Amino acid sequence: MTTALDKLFTFLFYRKSLALLLLLAPLLIWLGVVYLGSLFTLLIQSFFSIDSFSGVIKREFTLESYYDLFRQSTNWDIIIRTTTMAFTVTVVSAIIAFPIAYYMAMNAGPRLKPILYLGVMLPLWSSYLVKVYSWKLIMAKEGILTWCLEKLGLLHLLDAVLSLPVIGGSSLSFSYIGMFLVFVYIWLPYMILPIQASLERIPKSLLEASSDLGGGPMQTFRKVIFPLAFPGVVAGSIFTFSLTLGDYIIPTIIGNSSYFIGMAVYTHQGTAGNIPLAAAFSVVPIVIMMVYLTIAKRLGAFDAL
Amino acid sequence: MPSKWNLGSIGLKTATLLGFLFIHIPILIIIMYAFSTDEKTFQFPLPGFTTKWFGVAWERNDIWDAITLSSQVALISTIIAIILGTLACLAVYRSQFFGKEVISFLVILPIALPGIVTGISLRSAMSLFGIPFSTWTIVIAHATFCIVTVYNNVLARLRRSSHSMVEASMDLGANPWQTFRYVIMPNIATALLAGGMLSFALSFDEVIVTTFTAGQQSTVPIWMLTEFIRPRQRPVTNVVAVFVILVTTIPILAAYYLTKEDDGRKK
Repeated sequence: MTTALDKLFTFLFYRKSLALLLLLAPLLIWLGVVYLGSLFTLLIQSFFSIDSFSGVIKREFTLESYYDLFRQSTNWDIIIRTTTMAFTVTVVSAIIAFPIAYYMAMNAGPRLKPILYLGVMLPLWSSYLVKVYSWKLIMAKEGILTWCLEKLGLLHLLDAVLSLPVIGGSSLSFSYIGMFLVFVYIWLPYMILPIQASLERIPKSLLEASSDLGGGPMQTFRKVIFPLAFPGVVAGSIFTFSLTLGDYIIPTIIGNSSYFIGMAVYTHQGTAGNIPLAAAFSVVPIVIMMVYLTIAKRLGAFDAL
Repeated sequence: MPSKWNLGSIGLKTATLLGFLFIHIPILIIIMYAFSTDEKTFQFPLPGFTTKWFGVAWERNDIWDAITLSSQVALISTIIAIILGTLACLAVYRSQFFGKEVISFLVILPIALPGIVTGISLRSAMSLFGIPFSTWTIVIAHATFCIVTVYNNVLARLRRSSHSMVEASMDLGANPWQTFRYVIMPNIATALLAGGMLSFALSFDEVIVTTFTAGQQSTVPIWMLTEFIRPRQRPVTNVVAVFVILVTTIPILAAYYLTKEDDGRKK
């Protein structure tokens, strides 16, 4: 066994490109064939159409699905609603994440730093579904949030917020606000870590130079720290934006019955069996993400990842 | 760092504290609800404490089936991810070739694109080619997005470890197989373990891609999702939620300590 391996390894050692090819082949086959192949078939299928009588998919090139998609104003509503939500979640996450990331990178001592890091990383990796569910418990009418507000005498505040048009609803767990809260909660760690990493990378000598040249703390922050940390914010925003764009679990479990892109895709392929339309629909987030990533690249986000 | 950089230190501390409470309290609340005697609602304060739901959950066969399926899928996907990821790392690190950037992009793509896109493309491809949905279709999907965790962990380790050890080994007469077995492997072992654990946790928890690539079977997240939408016994769901927290948290902690130790040694 070992001698055979010996020979094989030695043989390959002197044939670098063959070895390289063999090492890469499994990954390239898997991701190239299975994954890219699937993305490609999805794209192809978005150019198929469905026979409205028999429900059979016609395998001929047509733009019918795209025409269907953009003709109906409800689909535009879905796209605009999802993008607006993704954008708002991204902005608010960035605002909440920045001070936390700043404290972690600039103020925390060597003892506290790893604890804080773990404290952000643990929720980032741990169960997504359980975290969504926990908010269902928290925001339930008879649940903990209502109880807390009642004890604080702030229940009328909740009612006032819920009576607002559009974003309000019958209860927090059936409203845009509730959905928004859960989105921010779930993706927040994805925003904190890249910002923290980019703040961490700022050479301390730059801060000293700024102060030597007479810059006050605020000035240093505005002129030195923030511009250098900004690519980190953009890097984090890629996650929060993309994840909100594609998510359909949160709008299903929390929120009113208005559709989001992910739910529309799921419904079209599942109950309606209209794979071409579902495929055309899922091309929308891909295109939005491509535009977003192009902008992000210009802003230097990829160097901060 | 000089104290003048501690901009509004108290405000910053408060913001951080509040942020951390916001991140962590919901998880503690789930754990608390697993012990509630309340069966129908999410009433707070809890009417009483009991551990009976753990027993009830233990008796339920549908939960055991879901756990078995999830564990199988996570294990096989992780093994595939380890093999594919590690081989690619060995090729990518230290060699320059055309399309090297493409590989890191390709590895990240399945998690960079929204899960729904990955899910529906795999589903549409599988149905187009008439592949019946089974445990294996879930495995194919999971392995695809698990590769990145192994790849990143192992590549980071390889970049940090000094290549002179490999050169020394070859100079001292070890053949390439021996060098791989006795120098490279021990060097990347903990990174492999960490990457594998993260990949296991990732797979065990995945729901969006799974809903598209599973047939009639349910993994633990699918089981939970069904229970959220049509609850049968709410407290049992809470118990399973606590179980999932444990199954995903322990590998993450372990992975953290496995890679941290390595950082300390190199510095």
